[in-house]
Amino acid sequence: MKIVKSAQAGSLESCDILISVDPAKEGTGIKINLESPAKTQFGDLILVEIKEVADKLEIKDVKITAIDKGSLGYCIKARAETALRRGAGE
Amino acid sequence: MKFVKNKVGRSIPEELFGKKLIPFTGKGKGPYKERKYAPKIRKTSPGDSKVLTSIQEAIKKGGLADGGTISFHHHFRNGDYLLNMVCHEIAKMGLKDIRLVPSSIQPINDELLTYLEKGIITHINCGTSGKIADAISRGKMKGLLTIRSHGGRARSIENGDVEIDIAFIASPTSDEYGNINGVHGKYACGSLGYAMPDAQFANYVVAVTNTLVPFPNNPISISQDHVDSVVLLKKPIGNPAGIVTTSLRVTRDPKNLKIARDCIEVIKASGLLKEGLSFQSGAGGTALAATQFLSQYMKAKGIKGSFGMGGATEALVRMLEDGLFDAILDVQSFDIYAVRSLLNNPKHIEMGASQYANPLSSGCAVNLLDTVILGCTEIDTKFNVNTSTESDGRIMHGMGGHQDTSEGAKLTIIAAPLQRGRIPIVVDDVVSVNSPGENIDVFVTERGIAVNPESQYFDILTKTKSLNTKSIEDLKAEAEKLIGGKPQKPKTTDRIVGIIEYRDGSVLDVIYQVEK
Repeated sequence: MKIVKSAQAGSLESCDILISVDPAKEGTGIKINLESPAKTQFGDLILVEIKEVADKLEIKDVKITAIDKGSLGYCIKARAETALRRGAGE
Repeated sequence: MKFVKNKVGRSIPEELFGKKLIPFTGKGKGPYKERKYAPKIRKTSPGDSKVLTSIQEAIKKGGLADGGTISFHHHFRNGDYLLNMVCHEIAKMGLKDIRLVPSSIQPINDELLTYLEKGIITHINCGTSGKIADAISRGKMKGLLTIRSHGGRARSIENGDVEIDIAFIASPTSDEYGNINGVHGKYACGSLGYAMPDAQFANYVVAVTNTLVPFPNNPISISQDHVDSVVLLKKPIGNPAGIVTTSLRVTRDPKNLKIARDCIEVIKASGLLKEGLSFQSGAGGTALAATQFLSQYMKAKGIKGSFGMGGATEALVRMLEDGLFDAILDVQSFDIYAVRSLLNNPKHIEMGASQYANPLSSGCAVNLLDTVILGCTEIDTKFNVNTSTESDGRIMHGMGGHQDTSEGAKLTIIAAPLQRGRIPIVVDDVVSVNSPGENIDVFVTERGIAVNPESQYFDILTKTKSLNTKSIEDLKAEAEKLIGGKPQKPKTTDRIVGIIEYRDGSVLDVIYQVEK
């Protein structure tokens, strides 16, 4: 899957996450910029969760911005998948 | 630095900033001193006037010098203007290395940050929030933050652990001889409880008021024989509307409402919810909802309690008005409704901080509590409670009367959700210990109720079928499953920026500077 346009999913409500994706040049890889109130405690885990979704969709290059408001793993994965699929033009 | 492990397993340095520290060895200890502190003797002679027109004059008369200590009450909460005003004056006068001893620091005091950075304020003794707390966490203050409970603060002033050079008392009304009350005037804030030890034990006491009334002021909360100067200002000392801007709103979250209901179920099951009940709750949204549910139940069953204590809130005052309590003991009025009640209702009694919660006195009111409902930012599997630091290690709050009421009450209930966002509330070890686990009986969450095996109510509560009791380890496991693992520990440096005292003056925990 290839990201062809900017897209987003989620919201800035409490316990949700807003994930925005933008196309990136080939070979630049998956770049994630994360803002989260739980960054110290769970930042690494959130990055892994988002990356797993991108890997599963076989996306190689993408710029992801994630603004987290305390969401749980299943929510992060669902928002990431929706944003990425939208960005791929599905 | 040599360290000693205290009873809650925290490493406490033997000495810090030249002061020997006493490690916490369990509740009910002390006194660690034989006599109370005695302030300087002052004299006002016939014909002397106490009235001044500027804060600077009062600072000079009180003889404040570099390294001096000044105190304040926070009855205006986030509407207080006096603390900032006095600090600006001190900065203008070129004083430095000042120790601040307010009963709380609120977000309105954020503007003092620059004085921490410049070394004008080098030590703070009290709970803090907002930018000041954050700056201290990041090592911006040269000295030490000492966090005490309300009872612990009163004790530290009475036993001389803290010697106050000048106590500034924001006074809604005063007469020209320094008789003060908090219930009259445009800027009424209610009880002046936290200012009472300051007035009695400071070396110089300044009443600052916008409303000078004819002698004698009546009622008198703080009396003329303790007050040296009366500063009459045009600029307002506080904004009563600020009293309720922080922390006070009844919850509408169904999760928190369930927690509040279950708190009342726990009190019922304990056998304490009967004629003569005495009760206190915190001012968080869940605690306020619990107070309302308690009120409904007592009304329905015709149960009459003895006294309610606080942090007086509208919810508590309405219980008094409905005849559900005989009296309210009020150390701090949390909203305008409570302020009016203190003025008009003789059953609403003002109380000083020492009378409320000083453990090293001839008897404080928390000793007479049946039950208290409190909050937390974290609780661990040993039931130790953290109220001061976030799970990322930063200082965010004080602790109010948490330690005092949790030690004093027969049944102490901690009410909190299992997680806030992705942050678990139940953990292996809390970041900071504010109340030791031995004070805590029950932890109520939306997903179950954990009873401390050390609690005298363990058998009766765990045998009550209608309560969804679980072990605290099970609650922790449930939280971790939802969240996807354990939180990473905060990264800190080895510099101690704060200590948390137990109410008797021993040290429960230390707070380290966070990285970055």
